[in-house]
Amino acid sequence: MASLSPTVPIKLPETGQGGGGDHPPAYGGGGDGGRGDGYPDYGQRLRRARLGLAIALAPIFMFFVSITSAYIVRQGLPTFDDKTNSYVRDWIPVQLPLALLLVNTGLLAASSLTAELARRQITRQAALAPVASIPGVSLGEERRFPWVYVTVLLGSGFLAGQWLAWQELAARGFYIATSASSSFVYLLTAAHGVHLAGGVLVLAYAAVVSLLHKPVEARRIVVDVTAWYWHFMFVLWVGIFALLWFVR
Amino acid sequence: MATSATVHAHAAPQGFIRKYVFSLDHKVIGIQYISLALVAVFVGMFLSLLMRIHLIWPTAVLPLIGEIKPETYLSLLTMHGTIMVFFVLTTAPQSGFGNYFLPIQIGAPDMAFPVLNMLSFWTTFVAFVVMIAAFFVTGGAPLHGWTGYAPLSALTNTGPGEQLGADLWVISIAIFCVASLMGALNFITTTLDLRAKGMTMMRMPLTCWAWFITAILGLLAFGVLLSAGILLLLDRNLGTSFYVPLVVVNGQVMGHKGGSPLLWQHLFWFFGHPEVYIAILPSMGVASQLLSTFSRKPIFGYRAMVYSIMAIGVLGFVVWGHHMFMSGMSPYSAFAFSIMTMAIGVPSAIKTFNWLGTLHKGRIRFYTPMLFAIGFVSLFVSGGLSGPFLAQPVLDIPLHDTYFVVGHFHLIMGVASIFGIFGATYYWFPKMFGRMMNESLGKLHFWLTFIGTYAIFMPMHYLGMAGHPRRYSQLTEVAYLHNLIPVQTFMTYAAFVTIAAQLIFVINLFWSMFKGPKASDNPWEATTLEWTTVTPPPHDNFGGHTPVVYHGPYEYSVPGAARDYVMQTDPTPVTAH
Repeated sequence: MASLSPTVPIKLPETGQGGGGDHPPAYGGGGDGGRGDGYPDYGQRLRRARLGLAIALAPIFMFFVSITSAYIVRQGLPTFDDKTNSYVRDWIPVQLPLALLLVNTGLLAASSLTAELARRQITRQAALAPVASIPGVSLGEERRFPWVYVTVLLGSGFLAGQWLAWQELAARGFYIATSASSSFVYLLTAAHGVHLAGGVLVLAYAAVVSLLHKPVEARRIVVDVTAWYWHFMFVLWVGIFALLWFVR
Repeated sequence: MATSATVHAHAAPQGFIRKYVFSLDHKVIGIQYISLALVAVFVGMFLSLLMRIHLIWPTAVLPLIGEIKPETYLSLLTMHGTIMVFFVLTTAPQSGFGNYFLPIQIGAPDMAFPVLNMLSFWTTFVAFVVMIAAFFVTGGAPLHGWTGYAPLSALTNTGPGEQLGADLWVISIAIFCVASLMGALNFITTTLDLRAKGMTMMRMPLTCWAWFITAILGLLAFGVLLSAGILLLLDRNLGTSFYVPLVVVNGQVMGHKGGSPLLWQHLFWFFGHPEVYIAILPSMGVASQLLSTFSRKPIFGYRAMVYSIMAIGVLGFVVWGHHMFMSGMSPYSAFAFSIMTMAIGVPSAIKTFNWLGTLHKGRIRFYTPMLFAIGFVSLFVSGGLSGPFLAQPVLDIPLHDTYFVVGHFHLIMGVASIFGIFGATYYWFPKMFGRMMNESLGKLHFWLTFIGTYAIFMPMHYLGMAGHPRRYSQLTEVAYLHNLIPVQTFMTYAAFVTIAAQLIFVINLFWSMFKGPKASDNPWEATTLEWTTVTPPPHDNFGGHTPVVYHGPYEYSVPGAARDYVMQTDPTPVTAH
């Protein structure tokens, strides 16, 4: 079979661009200031990763929008009751553990803040990396507060707090199948928790990668994109919390 | 916009596994997707063959399979629809050909996120395996149709296939959603960020536009299907009542209460209607590319084509209710959905007009890919014209759930899209494998398929108007259906011939891969970037340099030019025309 993609040298196509004029860039990044020696262009990668994230947020948003609209529609829907043979409203407001959820919200807000601090810290580090790599140049000991670790910790704390909130709900007699309202509470909190857990894992990965001495520019991309994702998760949680509390 | 010279972060892989199995190369991944779709389409076609046989010989005992029972018939149609829609119509034209040719056509060395690209293929593969597994578990495959209407799909005791088989069906679709979202993300980022110097959006081939808009549709639609699927899984396994009202199954009162079967329909069709365009838009792009190339004329109304793709995409999201006219929706809602649906006729007509305008006074070269492109236009018109019938509630009420609907969507979404895939295969095969496909076999394949599919699906419209419901497995018990059996018999024989014709295609495909005449770098004398590189393209597509684009994608028969086509990379200025 003809092989799928052999690595063969290529002749320039005969399209008449041989004679002077605007040549295509020859090898490696003539593009937008890449170093052209196989060194990855981190600026371009960062921008691409951010664009990718922004696009990825769209389906996540649609996912929660669809559940939210289902929530609102279901709330207003009458239910057939076989005992009275009539349509009744069966929406039972869930007794949310408000204090606990407020504490969780505080934890997540704090983690969003520390994620931002981590993002700015590593941006600074990445910007200074070329200078620091010059032999004989020292920038002095910059204080490096481990914001990434703190964020992972706070994020995990939020997830643990949500778990406690579930325990509390169960103690109050609300299980996932108890009523339509409790189904939605579990569904929305679980779906948000899974998404945030993804962020926690990525940040934990970034922390591990830093131990493996990956270049700071590569780590920066992970931290930067996750921080933006984290902010989105915070705003999303506030939206979900507001929905569950104010639209009981 | 960035140039993309520094993108190929991964070097050419060594070793079989990294090169052909877990490859990061978008070309290999594209071929993997196409291969998966090829397997899936034969599975789906085999299921349809069993259905056609059962319809006219309901008591026949088939070798290995035995007698097809009514519930088996429902499983067959469910799996036929699901496999065809997800693993063929969504997989081949978008993920398959899009993966292979989107980066090359915009002058990029690879997709924006190659690892994600590999993951999305293997996730799709897992989804397919899970779907097929549904055949082999206790109770067999689900029987709720590809639309999976609740509460039938949301309970586990509503039929043999609704046990584990239905769970696997939902899980497979959920996995497929994740895979499609990853793919869509990659396509959009690649299109926005990796175009070569000079490749402005309005210089992209219409194939790229179609893949780009399709990716946006997928991005917004699959997240909703995912949430719908998760709710369904919860209803099935954790006792929630999102979709299930108080129901009695086999005399047994189920524990559910208060759920809304309509909620599933809304969520499903909010995905389901954009899905129709996910299936057809890439084929529209391919048809535009092929009609222009083989007519040796610029595409008629390039900008109108782009804007009509966008309009179809936008309108596709606001018409899902036309699948639910019979659900008791308010006549005012039905009216709004009806108007929106018929509005899609406008951009569709613009596209058709422009395709015909492209053909008009062209110096047409009737190669096989061109025949399939023209066939696509024919099927798009035939299948499209029945759309406005179904779009009107007053006509939809008698036609709903009849063979009219089956005929309509098979022509426009199924066969038209498949013709786009065939066209793309015959057109790009030389670039992908370095050899030409056999023209005579190709033409034979085209004519048999073209006539065969019309012979199968056109009579369905008449059956529908005669009131023949879809999904009935036995037609012998009811008098008025009995009279329609000769039509069904005709369709079954037509299906035999059409399916046999597909073997010609497969033989041609594999024979040409090894024995076909060697292809030059640009056998069709086309203008887009994939034809500027060697055949087959090297690992980074352009062999270390990045193309620079000077022209639009369809500069054919330019007055004053040396040849009747001007490559996109040709720096010679072209006078406006």
